[in-house]
Amino acid sequence: MLKAKNRLGIVFFPAFDWAISSTHPEREERLLYTQDQLWEEGVFDIPGIVEYPPALAAHQDVARAHLCVPDLASRVTESHLIAAGAAINLGEAWARREIDKAFAIIRPPGHHAMRIVHGSRGFCTINNEAILAEYLRTKYNIKRIAIIDTDCHHGDGTQDIYWHDPDTLFISLHQDGRTLYPGSGFPHEMGGPNAYGYTLNVPLPPGTSDAGFHFVIDNLVLPVLADFKPDLIINSAGQDNHYSDPLTNMKFSAQGYARLTEMLQPDIAVLEGGYSIEGALPYVNLGILLALAGVNYSHVKEPDFLPRQWHQSPDITGYIEKLCRGLWDRWQYREELRREAIKDKDFLSRSRHIYYDTDGISEDQEEKARICDRCPGWTELHSSSDWGGKAIGVLVHRRACPGCREEALAAYNVLQKKGSLPFLQEI
Amino acid sequence: MLIGLDVGGTHVDAVLLQERKILKHVKVPTGEGSLLGPVGKALDSLLPEKDPNLVQQVNLSTTICTNAIVEKTVSPVGMFLISGPGLDPSFLNCGASTTFLSGSIDHRGRETAPLNPAEINAARNDLQAKGIRLAGIVGKFATRNPSQEKEVQRLLRPHFDQIVMGHTLSGRLGFPRRVYTTYLNLAVWEVYSSFVKAVSASLAQKGLRAPIHVLKADGGTMLLDASLKYPVETVLSGPAASIMGALALCPCNQDALVIDIGGTTTDIALLANGEPLLEPTGITIEGYPTLVRALGSHPAGIGGDSQIRVSKGEIRIGPRRLGPAMAFGGPAPTPTDAMIVLGLVDLGDRELAWAAMQIIAGELGCEPTKAAKLVHQAMVGAICQKAEEIIKETNTRPVYTVQEVLMERSIRPGIAIVIGGPAPAIAPALGKALGMQTIIPPNPGVANAVGAAASRTTTELTLLADTSQGKLSVPEEDLTETIPYNFSLAQARAKAIDLLRKRAARLGLTDNPPVDVLEEQSFNMVRGFTTTGKDLRVRVQVRPGVRVQFEEGGETLAES
Repeated sequence: MLKAKNRLGIVFFPAFDWAISSTHPEREERLLYTQDQLWEEGVFDIPGIVEYPPALAAHQDVARAHLCVPDLASRVTESHLIAAGAAINLGEAWARREIDKAFAIIRPPGHHAMRIVHGSRGFCTINNEAILAEYLRTKYNIKRIAIIDTDCHHGDGTQDIYWHDPDTLFISLHQDGRTLYPGSGFPHEMGGPNAYGYTLNVPLPPGTSDAGFHFVIDNLVLPVLADFKPDLIINSAGQDNHYSDPLTNMKFSAQGYARLTEMLQPDIAVLEGGYSIEGALPYVNLGILLALAGVNYSHVKEPDFLPRQWHQSPDITGYIEKLCRGLWDRWQYREELRREAIKDKDFLSRSRHIYYDTDGISEDQEEKARICDRCPGWTELHSSSDWGGKAIGVLVHRRACPGCREEALAAYNVLQKKGSLPFLQEI
Repeated sequence: MLIGLDVGGTHVDAVLLQERKILKHVKVPTGEGSLLGPVGKALDSLLPEKDPNLVQQVNLSTTICTNAIVEKTVSPVGMFLISGPGLDPSFLNCGASTTFLSGSIDHRGRETAPLNPAEINAARNDLQAKGIRLAGIVGKFATRNPSQEKEVQRLLRPHFDQIVMGHTLSGRLGFPRRVYTTYLNLAVWEVYSSFVKAVSASLAQKGLRAPIHVLKADGGTMLLDASLKYPVETVLSGPAASIMGALALCPCNQDALVIDIGGTTTDIALLANGEPLLEPTGITIEGYPTLVRALGSHPAGIGGDSQIRVSKGEIRIGPRRLGPAMAFGGPAPTPTDAMIVLGLVDLGDRELAWAAMQIIAGELGCEPTKAAKLVHQAMVGAICQKAEEIIKETNTRPVYTVQEVLMERSIRPGIAIVIGGPAPAIAPALGKALGMQTIIPPNPGVANAVGAAASRTTTELTLLADTSQGKLSVPEEDLTETIPYNFSLAQARAKAIDLLRKRAARLGLTDNPPVDVLEEQSFNMVRGFTTTGKDLRVRVQVRPGVRVQFEEGGETLAES
């Protein structure tokens, strides 16, 4: 009889009654064939693999990671709360040691959702991984969390939420932003002045195959994780690097995804994108699931898979090796690079324009981060959208020093006197 | 008149029902030897002065297949598996020989790799040399497209006595379960066939010309002749008979617990609005998970004859049974001995029962009467805890749509129907512990035979339609048809129900019971940004139910 080496908890929530629109890639049918494959394989009969039910996340769970404009109820639907609730349910089971690993096969996805939510972007409204991470941080005192994003699109939402948090390491592997939505995720994006280096971006060239991804895991991700020593590793397990995905240009296979999962050994994997619903998802989901459970996945293969066809060119191999060397240096010299960036400044500002492609909303954001050598500081945020949405306020890191807390409160009071109904939130 | 026979491990329970009355019930011990002796004996004492022609139907629940599997007296089977990509299939080795064949069908029912006839012929020659006459063929996703299973069958057909293709046993997904279901169905086929012959002959000899049905694990029946195709479905029909008996004896239309307290185990089942719940996938038989439909009956290793142990001043009951109660000459103290000491039942030898409780009292350091009370309490507590676990487990089943999460219907039993021999001795205290009203039917000891007699024919089928491929299929019926592009969910449902009624009639259904649509899904298939068709899935069943309901419910015990 088969047996899972790791006790694996799964929530399978295909949201068979939810779609962005009837022909949108994010539609009812998306996980149908994955369900067929998992059920036909009988994975839930493997001792050690347990299916958990989804649940509704509470508004306060969402509010730990997001500021919704004008409010949460008008931005978030039940489907979003169920996907996030499913991730939380698994997180609970993991934190209580009922399971060793977890896989949330859920939709809608979330990794493009930033802290401020004016609407939906990249098919995402709220960030399932961040909601999960903040839940576990609050309820179970899990301090150091690493989120490794292996979706083909840059996880710009997760990056935004943890930009100023040195306790959360975010690494995104994705197709180069010059060739794919959302167009960000370059090596120089390394985090805010108090968390510099704790965001790492690995933009991979179109045509990257199994060998390329595994090289990055082996030569960059695992060494950085060994340095960072997280208490929890979350994998944003998007599956659109697959060679058959209609929206991207990579050459990754089901075997490749399974091997990546085995190398990375995440505690909790959360499904993100992946739109080759017949040719990839049934096999990739199965491969990831078996790798997490520690069950032989060597027979998981797409019917049309021809290994030679999906080799990457030597140019790409060379490019990736160089990229990883550069990023490894950046990680090692992150403190020196930070000093150079902040010089003797007290504040660092940036202004950004954010487009919500799913809803067609434009947002302008001004951010001012307090630089502190004793703590991760605080940030003042001004956000407004062309739909009239406004969010102004102050974010204080949970480990902020008394001095920073006092300053943050003063900044908040100033905003309040201006009559702008500001928020004050601990992050 | 209806006859119900429940052939169990220790007894044959038989009842003769007329209208809504139990005319007669008998209990015959089975002993060693063949099951037919005791069955004949039971019939003899039920029938003597009655005209056999008045009997309209005989329903029989048998353990013959269960026993063959448990005692490993099954026939050698050659299995042919077309496993395709996915899990490493080597764990599916079962039977005398398992051959893994090239070939593969994907989730949409498309052939993605061809069969290799040379492999099939080589394996066939090997099986013939070994004298194996039974063959099972199971392909992954063959329920979506059985063509490869059929092709293998065509190549094997002249060389075997019996061949079963997995897709004909269940339209549900679950390749490993389909493999085991097919294997077990063949493994018990020979022993079951001879049983069917013998039963038919024996009943004919007694002048019974009524249709004979056998009970299935889902609390339904099928004609004896038709059952030759599906012997595995008779496995574990005993617990189902008891649940159906409770339904017949104590009609209710609310959420309820059915608790059947036996000698070795207590079986606990749930009713939702008075309807029994089915196992979500299928039963597990001797470690083989199957797709055999079954009523959700959860055994707990606590019964009247369970072994009692005392460790660290705590009483533990079961799960082992060392023999009958000491009051009946058994080797060790049991809960039955405690019930005798407490005067809750009037059975066996009181002095031996007292001696049993003295043993327990010695270990606990208390009086024998006190020990008996504590044993009784422990038994009630253990059953209560198990029942609560089952309710919780049932209410945390996964769901797959937003609507289902929001509309979550949980099962909250308000009453408990308690059956089985020790029911009157346990029910009052159990009701208190559960905080529920308990009901004991008039003849709690023969609920199983009543259930057998009162059950009606059930069956299930799955219809899949893919309008982009213009294809409709019903695996259980081995049916494939072409459909127009505008074939709708309503048409699919109507077609499924029509086929279900025909199938049920073939299996022996004579009345017109409710039909349930268990699952109904319609997905737009979009390729690029164009809708190319619909993927329709309908699963329907004849609802398990009883043909006879008794007017006078059971004795109702107040809650406190």
